[in-house]
Amino acid sequence: MDLLDIFVSLGFWAALVRMATPLVFGTLGELICERAGVLNLGIEGIMTMGAMVAWMWVYQGGDLWTAVLVAAIFGALFGLLHSGFSVYLGVSQHVTGIGITLLASALSYFAFRMLLPDVTTPPKIDPFKPYPIPGLSELPFLGEVLFTQSPLTYLAFLLVPVVGYGLYRTPLGLALRMVGENPMAVEAQGIDVHRLRTAAVMLGSAFMAVGGAFLTISVFDAFYIGMINGRGWICIALVIFASWRPGKALLGALLFAAFEALQIRVQQSASAFIPYQFFLMMPYVLSILAMIVMSRRAAYPKALLVPFRKGER
Amino acid sequence: MPEAQQPAAVDAGVQPVLRLSGITKRFGALTANDVISLQLQPGEILALLGENGAGKTTLMSILFGHYVADEGGIEAFGAPLPAGSPKAAISAGIGMVHQHFTLGENLSVLDNIVLGTEALWSLGQNSGAAKRKIETLAERFGLDIEAQRLVRDLSVGERQRVEILKALYRGARILILDEPTAVLTPQEVESFFATLKAMVADGLSIIFISHKLNEVMAIADRVAVLRQGSLVADFPIAEASRESLAEAMVGRAVALPERNALAPGATVLAMRNLSLRNGDGQTLLKNVTLTLRAREVLGIAGVSGNGQGALADLLSGLVTPDEGDLEVLGEAVTRVSPAAMLARGIGRVPEDRHATGVIGDFAVEENLVLEVYGDSRFSRLGFLKGTAIRRNAETLIEDFDIRGADPQTTTRSLSGGNMQKVILARVLTEKPKVILANQPTRGLDVGAAATMQRLLFEACAGGAGVILISEDLEELLQMSDRVAVLYQGQLSQAMPVEDADLRTLGLMMAGHSPAEAIDAP
Repeated sequence: MDLLDIFVSLGFWAALVRMATPLVFGTLGELICERAGVLNLGIEGIMTMGAMVAWMWVYQGGDLWTAVLVAAIFGALFGLLHSGFSVYLGVSQHVTGIGITLLASALSYFAFRMLLPDVTTPPKIDPFKPYPIPGLSELPFLGEVLFTQSPLTYLAFLLVPVVGYGLYRTPLGLALRMVGENPMAVEAQGIDVHRLRTAAVMLGSAFMAVGGAFLTISVFDAFYIGMINGRGWICIALVIFASWRPGKALLGALLFAAFEALQIRVQQSASAFIPYQFFLMMPYVLSILAMIVMSRRAAYPKALLVPFRKGER
Repeated sequence: MPEAQQPAAVDAGVQPVLRLSGITKRFGALTANDVISLQLQPGEILALLGENGAGKTTLMSILFGHYVADEGGIEAFGAPLPAGSPKAAISAGIGMVHQHFTLGENLSVLDNIVLGTEALWSLGQNSGAAKRKIETLAERFGLDIEAQRLVRDLSVGERQRVEILKALYRGARILILDEPTAVLTPQEVESFFATLKAMVADGLSIIFISHKLNEVMAIADRVAVLRQGSLVADFPIAEASRESLAEAMVGRAVALPERNALAPGATVLAMRNLSLRNGDGQTLLKNVTLTLRAREVLGIAGVSGNGQGALADLLSGLVTPDEGDLEVLGEAVTRVSPAAMLARGIGRVPEDRHATGVIGDFAVEENLVLEVYGDSRFSRLGFLKGTAIRRNAETLIEDFDIRGADPQTTTRSLSGGNMQKVILARVLTEKPKVILANQPTRGLDVGAAATMQRLLFEACAGGAGVILISEDLEELLQMSDRVAVLYQGQLSQAMPVEDADLRTLGLMMAGHSPAEAIDAP
């Protein structure tokens, strides 16, 4: 095997960008929730739900972009459920989040089985095709890596600066960051803490669901059980890795995707003498190491996990 | 002292800027505010005085819309103020600086100030204009601050400036300050008072909540006193004296215990060049040297966070020093543990009685044997002796006059003063040679604080040495025989209390050497 061969191959870099896409959606979504002070452990289930409904929408004859919207709506609804418990009732965010994950994944599989009781092999749909951006895709190397991707990948990468601008350059973003730091300060300005947090959780959950949808209607063309495969949990780790900053979140997603893409290729060429499980493990081990290095000085939102009750201090 | 202009102003028929009429607020069976009526004149500093739990903060929370009053109404600048809406209070020109700051630590000063002042849905922010406006305000009122700094890097005094700027930025004409000086050094208090004067000169009106009599006397034009939810006094400061205010606050005359200088005995505690670092390698204590003798009170002053916690932990046996020697009763202590320190006769009154002083859910009798339950008096073969524990509690409740308690009362239900008595009873009954009293009167009312001080004096007369850590300089000067100052983990040499005064200690607390502090103009 030759690492150099892998690093100079266009396929590796293009795969890296593709694999980073659902992580970018999920990490941005989780980041928005946590910046508002709500840990959303429902992410794994919400991504599953997004993957299922988007795929089902297209399978039933719907349009691809509408499917993305449907996934976002379902994500937002589960976000609403999450904040109903964790924000309004002040229930433990850990318990609520895990409950949402169990509920949303189980409901997705259940609905899939109910709607398609007779199929044995997962049916296929016609997914998003790569859309070469005119002009830019002609560029050597970069053209193929960055500008010959699925439209959802472009959307994910565009969302990074959009979320960054929203958080750091708008009054609403400032209020959202503050509500995760010190909800009393937000309340004292006459802004409704519960509504603001709920809005953030709903928006973040919509992002997560679109991340799940990317898997079924863009990179693959089918839905099967266990297909999110821990990506949601990785996003939670990436938020910490990123110190709750959108730009670093993109970096983290790309890094993890790089380990993942590398792992597949090294496995193919080297599994003769090293067990393939070792390579499967590699992205996670490297992520943990990177996280330890990156998150030591992380300044986490001060009010993360702390429910806000009006009239208490 | 400002001229007594208020009565004249009232006579002239000047509209009060704020009028509270008949405010009543109940929390269950407790009446926190009982038909309170108050007026604030333009350009006036009104001090709202009262003990903890007298209802000051509740009243101001109603004014600012955090709570809704059960009865009564508020008028600001002649217009009725809608209840329960901070937003309405802000737009009526009321600004509040909470005792516990409402700042986002990981956000910049600028972010903290502009939050909520722009339309939530606008797509951008005009940071440049906001920054200029903040700079103008800061200059006008002497509130020096850099807009780009993160709040977590600011000192407490600077954070308070941010809070005040926040209110001014919103065009506040009435400023409510809840215990603003509790966290400041004497020098910071001075510059803070200068700021208040500048604001009043500018036409603002200020309500200043406090329980410190000398500050009220120094800055207020008029004083209103709350006791147990009722307004018991409201008069111009010229007609008030410290004694009359103290009596109005407590409802009876309070005799403050007097320190009698005793002849100090043998050295009971010695520290030589002790240093302590935390897990991250940060220095908490550096070359701390002190000696404590029997029958004396050694006061430790300092702005909180300068090593008081580490010193207390060390004496409690919770941490082991990295360098230096520690001697108790002339014997070197090498293996440090809480049990070892107890066995050597160190009694501990911890800083936070709820968190580390007592176990709130345990009965009073259990808390009273918490440090000695393994002793043969209270257990045999690993089983507790119920009767002995009960009898011990009955004796101590009687001796220390712990009110509202019988042996099986849940400790949480006691008042702060009585909870503190439980701790002191537990400590003093073991006849300790060294008593570590960390903020023993914090949060107590004047009467309870006086009791704590009297008990400590008695223990001292009985032969114990007392280390008194306190942020209340007046208490230190009143109680100590010698005073030392902790600054960034370094302890100054102890000076006799006769040589110390508020100004000297204040300068030393800000990092000046004793020589500088005494020579400073």
